[in-house]
Amino acid sequence: MGEEKRIATYICRGCDIDKSLDIEALRNVATNDSGIEICRDHPWLCGPEGIETIKKDVNEGAEAVVIAACSPRAMTAAFTFDKCFTERVNLREHVVWCHEPNNEDTQMLAEDYFRIGIARARKAKRPEPHLEEVNKTILVVGGGITGMTAALEAARAGYQVTLVEKEEHLGGWLTKFTSLFPKRPPYRDPQPTQCQEMVAEVEGHERIHVIKGAAIEKISGQPGQFDVSVKVGSKTVTFRIGAIIQATGWKPYDATKLSHLCYGRSPNVITNVQMEELAGNGTITRPSDGQPAKSVAFIQCAGSRDAEHLPYCSAVCCRTSLKQAIHIRERNPDAQVYILYKDIRSPGQYEDFYRRVQENTDIFLTKGDVIGVEPIDGDRLRVDVENTLIEPHIQVDADLVVLATGMVPVAADGEAIRALKSARELIAQGEEGAKLDAAKETVVKLAHHEGTEILNLDYRQGPDLPALKYDFPDSHFICFPYETRRTGIYAAGCMRAPNDTDACREDAAGAAMKAIQCVELSSQGAAVHPRWEDRSIPDFFMQRCTQCKRCTMECPFGTLNEDAEGTPQPNPFRCRRCGICLGSCPERIVNFADYSIEILSSMIKAVEVPDEDEEKPRLLGLICENDAYPALDTIGIKRLRYSPYIRFIPVRCLGSVNVVWISDALSRGYDGILLIGCKSGDDYQCHFIRGSELMGTRGENIQEKLEQLVLESERIRVEEISISEYGRLQQIIDEFAEQIDEVGPNPFKGL
Amino acid sequence: MSGNGKQGKILVIGGGISGITVAIEAAEAGCSIVLVEKNAYLGGRVAQSNKYFPKLCPPMCGLEISLRRLRANGRIQCHTLAEVEKIVGEPGNYRATIKHYPRHVNENCTACGACVDVCPVERSNVFNYGLDKTKAIYLPFEAVYPQRFVIDGGVCEGTSCSKCVEACQYNAVDLEEKPRTEEVEVGAVVFATGWQPYDAAQIENLGFGQYSNVITNSIMERLAAANGPTEGRITRPSDGKEIDSVAFVQCAGSRDENYLKHCSGVCCLASLKQATYIREQYPETQIFIFYIDVRAPGRLEDFYAARQEDEKLSIVKGKVAKIEEDPATQDLVVEAEDVFGGGRVSQRVNLVVLATGIVPSEVGVDVPNGLIRDEHGFLVAEQNQPGLLVAGCAKRPVDVSACMRDATGTALKALQNCV
Repeated sequence: MGEEKRIATYICRGCDIDKSLDIEALRNVATNDSGIEICRDHPWLCGPEGIETIKKDVNEGAEAVVIAACSPRAMTAAFTFDKCFTERVNLREHVVWCHEPNNEDTQMLAEDYFRIGIARARKAKRPEPHLEEVNKTILVVGGGITGMTAALEAARAGYQVTLVEKEEHLGGWLTKFTSLFPKRPPYRDPQPTQCQEMVAEVEGHERIHVIKGAAIEKISGQPGQFDVSVKVGSKTVTFRIGAIIQATGWKPYDATKLSHLCYGRSPNVITNVQMEELAGNGTITRPSDGQPAKSVAFIQCAGSRDAEHLPYCSAVCCRTSLKQAIHIRERNPDAQVYILYKDIRSPGQYEDFYRRVQENTDIFLTKGDVIGVEPIDGDRLRVDVENTLIEPHIQVDADLVVLATGMVPVAADGEAIRALKSARELIAQGEEGAKLDAAKETVVKLAHHEGTEILNLDYRQGPDLPALKYDFPDSHFICFPYETRRTGIYAAGCMRAPNDTDACREDAAGAAMKAIQCVELSSQGAAVHPRWEDRSIPDFFMQRCTQCKRCTMECPFGTLNEDAEGTPQPNPFRCRRCGICLGSCPERIVNFADYSIEILSSMIKAVEVPDEDEEKPRLLGLICENDAYPALDTIGIKRLRYSPYIRFIPVRCLGSVNVVWISDALSRGYDGILLIGCKSGDDYQCHFIRGSELMGTRGENIQEKLEQLVLESERIRVEEISISEYGRLQQIIDEFAEQIDEVGPNPFKGL
Repeated sequence: MSGNGKQGKILVIGGGISGITVAIEAAEAGCSIVLVEKNAYLGGRVAQSNKYFPKLCPPMCGLEISLRRLRANGRIQCHTLAEVEKIVGEPGNYRATIKHYPRHVNENCTACGACVDVCPVERSNVFNYGLDKTKAIYLPFEAVYPQRFVIDGGVCEGTSCSKCVEACQYNAVDLEEKPRTEEVEVGAVVFATGWQPYDAAQIENLGFGQYSNVITNSIMERLAAANGPTEGRITRPSDGKEIDSVAFVQCAGSRDENYLKHCSGVCCLASLKQATYIREQYPETQIFIFYIDVRAPGRLEDFYAARQEDEKLSIVKGKVAKIEEDPATQDLVVEAEDVFGGGRVSQRVNLVVLATGIVPSEVGVDVPNGLIRDEHGFLVAEQNQPGLLVAGCAKRPVDVSACMRDATGTALKALQNCV
């Protein structure tokens, strides 16, 4: 016992705990059963005296404290002690607030949770931060308004920036625009782009190094240690940076696909981008004969909000057309302008700008469905519109038709490129049969990704960020828009979502903030969002690795590369500490200091499983700590009840559950196992992207395991719930308990 | 600490999703934060929302992660029931006066709830827009941060009652707590003061405040929430009956010279989202949405497109002119244009939801040379001093995701002023 970690345990008697439980019996769990010397109980442990008591023990050498009181989500600051591992046992929300007081089953539940906590405190170690030299320079890819803003914002905060632009000049689309729609009150007049001033500021900034006419050949390494090779002309330059902001912008939707709107069939049908160029040159003229345009028709959503073309809305085209209509009226004062729209989208204060345009009686706006554009009378065009606000069918004749085309991201789908390459390799290796057919199909389906690489990341999971939808790169979308799947690489501006320049600037500043945070946290060996301050990193016991590649394939963040044999090559600063690699490994060689196969196994085995004749089933609940665990707390706070036979153990992510824990539980005699994660699918809520989804696929292995053991498949159930579904969670627990009751006891019990 | 890690201090005014985000993002880059929130809890309007569009996921999910980061971050000092009264100074060197209002419950509180059982006084529950009641001592909602009770000083009988004082084992109730002020020194100030729903009673002809079955979109969020006044069951406020028809009135007071001139940017999607709340509970209920333009920018168009698949959802182009109640049934008759259906419609429904807009919150802070607002009351991005910054809906009406991006970027701008 002398060499064991020094553990002190505490039981709070407050908040109804001592009204429900036999505290003396609970103390025995620590003292008699576990042989721990220190077990103190206190009527108000989070009060000043209680905290002092714990602090004193810590100062006297306790290496770990087990605090059996409220949820770890309560009193977090009070129960945090320097240089000491703290394990919280949730007697309040998970025991006394949701189970019958002074009941044998409630007492057994409390004692089991105490045992689980002690087991974890025994095995877990406080992680030592992984420290390496970290480069804090920010790489910005793309020199348009988003990239320039990101560079300036990071530089103003004191960081070195390297900006790489593929063109020979900075500014991107901004250089082609005559003006921007109004950003400042009273939101009536288009405003100058101030592009030249911005370019000059970027090029003149002492902390910004600009590389123009450049293409990225390769980026290898990890946050804080990315090594970049850039090709400039015939030369290659190499340098090291810490984090990446991708601001590669957008391109207009290919208008040649819009021949039904006469694009390509008449020179007088142009796009909104071409209109910007025309608007910069005095009088606006018809391309066919150079005559001033006396009537101009704008067709909104040309190829947008259209399942055949771009299903999404590009968000700026309405306002761009409003702005261009004003330009036309300024340049050609006699011109009649028509704007034919599906809906005018001018959110927020831009409504003022829309109203200003509506004041102009020579700008005619109507909702309608444009059914076609055809040339008439030589140079003129006729637009047929149905379902308008005035008539069921109107015809608009115009000298010039402007197609308000949408934005397409300049982005590459790293995972698609990887899949394409893998399929090609399979074919080259002489694969046969169904696998060959599948590979050929993949090649056809993904061929358009050929040569689209931008970042050229040296990542096992592909050379660029993965796409989410419509080729826009991944992000968690609502709460954490910078939660990308490649740590330290942040997408911003129109390559992330169609946006106006103001939103691009905001987005650029946000991405710069995340890039800065990433290098700062990496320099401290800490994780980035969402496990901020987690200093543990996965440790791979490589001698036992069988090169099965499950971890390298399943890591949602592309943390692991592979060598030629398929051995994983960890990159700790890419790691988000979700534990999915730990869950994936059949050899169980991946572990964290405070979260490991052994720790969780010992927690699962710490529970006392009653003999069959006691008729007290035991169920294990492995639950996501982010959503299911707080939902379970809410059940307690609401004083709802559920079966006292289930023991819940939180996991970092359902994807971190290793199948061996299930075997451990079954051989220990648990009668059923409930696995609860977050929502998967297109609208996934898993913070680690695919934890629940992976559990779904591992579920097949689990079912195999059950078959081997000749156990009923109903003994294991996987559920997905959201944090607010505490009512449903309560139902799931009780239904599962009933179901297991019907199935009967685990035959391995007591063996 | 190596390199350029920031050590400055930032004052964040407003503890809604934007303010929380500014605080966490700046703190995780090394800054110290003073976060000041006037409510008794953090989370603002997001805490009152049932689901986010377009994922239909619960706001508490993201809030949980953000609050966990906040709780674990020793660099964030969080003051609830507090307001900033005055700021003097210049970028890099501001002095702010914070007024603390009494909570009457101190940090000893464990949220055990013994006080609630003995409290004899009830109050209207503001969190649920008055649709139910709490005791005078109450927990704003179950997953609240800070997890601490609060006493509504406006209704509490004070020392003449003192039942809660006796019931509390932790000496947490202080009925005689007085307001106090403190001063803090910071390098930059972020106004993340958020928004309020437009007062629908101002809108003539739409019947809010007159007819109990005319509600607003904000109230609908509470009605649909599992932790709301009806535990998530959407029923008619007048009689608790099930709903077989409902009308959403878009731009209720918005895009209207007489009320709110601006577009609030989110109400179209909010109504489309709320239509899913109804559909989930009532597969057969007829839903009408009367609109001027449906504004679903970017990929949110997918959400709009998916709702159009619902055959019992009619999306009608036309402005609502008038709503009247049938006194016998308390049903409502919605008089509206129907541009494509030919003229006018008169639609009888059980429930009307007014899609009211976002009004920037009043900001009563005295700052050097005053704050610059636009005609609508939103604070402009560029204020008189670069150390005074604005984030989220205080600046323009946007959805949560845009607030998160803006707040993250604003954290960086604040940090630049603290070097």
